Amino acid sequence: MPRHPLRKALPLLFLLVLLAAVCLTLSLMIGSVSIPASDLWSLFWHDDGSVQYRIIHELRLPRTLSAFGVGGVLALAGVLMQALLRNPLADPYILGVSGGAAVAVLGAMLLGLPLAWQAPMAFGGALASTLLLFALAHHGNWNTSRLLLTGVVLAAGWAALISFVLSLSPPMQLPGMLFWLMGDLSDALHPGLPLVVLFIGLVIALWLSPALNLALLGSQRAAALGVEIRHLHIMIYVLASLLTAAAVSIAGAIGFIGLIAPHMLRLLAGSDHRILVPGAALIGGSLLMLADTAARTMIAPMQLPVGVLTALFGVPVFLLLLNKSYGGRS
Amino acid sequence: MSQPLLTAEKLALSIGNIRITEALDLHIVAGSSWGILGPNGAGKTTLLHTLAGLRPPDTGTIRYSGKAVTDYSPRELARERGLLFQTELSGFPGTLFETVLAGRHPYLGRLGWESPQDLEQAATAIVQTGLKGLEERNVQTLSGGERQRMEIATLLAQQPRIALLDEPSNHLDPGQQIIMLRLLRAHFTSTDRALMMVLHDCNLAMRFCDHLLLLKGNGEHRAGSVKTLATAENLSWLYGHPVTLEQIAGHACLHFR
Repeated sequence: MPRHPLRKALPLLFLLVLLAAVCLTLSLMIGSVSIPASDLWSLFWHDDGSVQYRIIHELRLPRTLSAFGVGGVLALAGVLMQALLRNPLADPYILGVSGGAAVAVLGAMLLGLPLAWQAPMAFGGALASTLLLFALAHHGNWNTSRLLLTGVVLAAGWAALISFVLSLSPPMQLPGMLFWLMGDLSDALHPGLPLVVLFIGLVIALWLSPALNLALLGSQRAAALGVEIRHLHIMIYVLASLLTAAAVSIAGAIGFIGLIAPHMLRLLAGSDHRILVPGAALIGGSLLMLADTAARTMIAPMQLPVGVLTALFGVPVFLLLLNKSYGGRS
Repeated sequence: MSQPLLTAEKLALSIGNIRITEALDLHIVAGSSWGILGPNGAGKTTLLHTLAGLRPPDTGTIRYSGKAVTDYSPRELARERGLLFQTELSGFPGTLFETVLAGRHPYLGRLGWESPQDLEQAATAIVQTGLKGLEERNVQTLSGGERQRMEIATLLAQQPRIALLDEPSNHLDPGQQIIMLRLLRAHFTSTDRALMMVLHDCNLAMRFCDHLLLLKGNGEHRAGSVKTLATAENLSWLYGHPVTLEQIAGHACLHFR
């Protein structure tokens, strides 16, 4: 008899925790001032008044923890959207949710609204974009290819609006606007919020995950096996939208983490959400920590927006997935 | 007599302008095996889904063990009745064992993990359907017949009191059709269970069912025991095509002229 699914997955989850710890350590060591691993432990715990201590505690640790939180939240949102649409290609960025957030923030900047408005505007824009997506594509049932196409077209529409706003904006404002367009963690120095959002999202998603497993089999099958499918769909939709909106309002429109992280985990452990949910959050967090470390060191002293790197990595992965899903090969 | 497991009273059902039933009364008692026969598009699948509580009827009531289907929570209902669907599974990777284990969902505890008994039920169902050795196979690589047997195994693992099956012999070779229908009948007509299945092969229906429901597709139906209903006259009426019945090796056999 095959082993219990939890027992089968525990070693993998343990490895993923280890991976996250390694990525965290690397991102603390690497940078304009490199800190050797041997010093890291004592610097981590003891304030010796050195610059290194301040670099770790005031810059690198908050930023890398933010990266972990945002990456985890994006991966979680991806897992949920993929379960809702029953399509491994669903991702907040591809479905135009992040684009909606960017339009809202750019609009606010163009109108000269105060800086404090930016995060709430991003949140509202992401939420509004998701609402619009489902209102346009939902006709009695969740037709997955229709939703995906609607999302892609919506994203194109947002991109057009973004270009429009950019061409109207004074040149001074452009760098700040690019932050929201490409995703950047250089100002994300308060990791509390993303980590709390990640924790709450994880708990709810784990609670839903037995039902998510059945939702993958189709609405009727899930209903026949005792899932209140309408309630489940609404809960997934609200949770995924809130998570995406939160991530975008913290770090801008970072793409493809929600696509790559769940996909890597499905390759390693299959589609059981009780494992996929925590595993994808760990991989998503680790990936974004690595990507952010690369983004701030690759062309130092200048910094790249991390969204550029995730997109460069994500586009080929998306194409590979598309080929597998629709190319007839398995 | 004990209470019927499934009762339908004055059930009226339609899709768009097509009337499926006008006033259908059904009493399915423990130990019985029902076959639903009818031409293409007569509404057999819709009726099955309505009886399962997946869609509401136009009028009429459906009860499981005396309690209205609408008064059940989805989880409770999933222990009363199970379905076998005609449609294909979706394209996410997963193993055969995981899929069969999904049948245990109505029994999962508070934390959402399977107990050792759940694993055992799934393993037993896999053995019964002849799929032993394929537990770790990716569902997407299974053949049509293996997939159908996996779905039957999932239903067996679910352990409902009534099984509602939509063409259980689909994708199965003639030998497997007999083996699987024997297995289903043995499992569901013993003790306090029952079985209802949509079939296209009248010979299988006459062999494995003791009651028939004939759906004409224009709102008319005939229901009763196989003995009284499986006549050349009834079946000719049902399919709108002349039919003769013969006895071959102790089984009634149907010929379309």
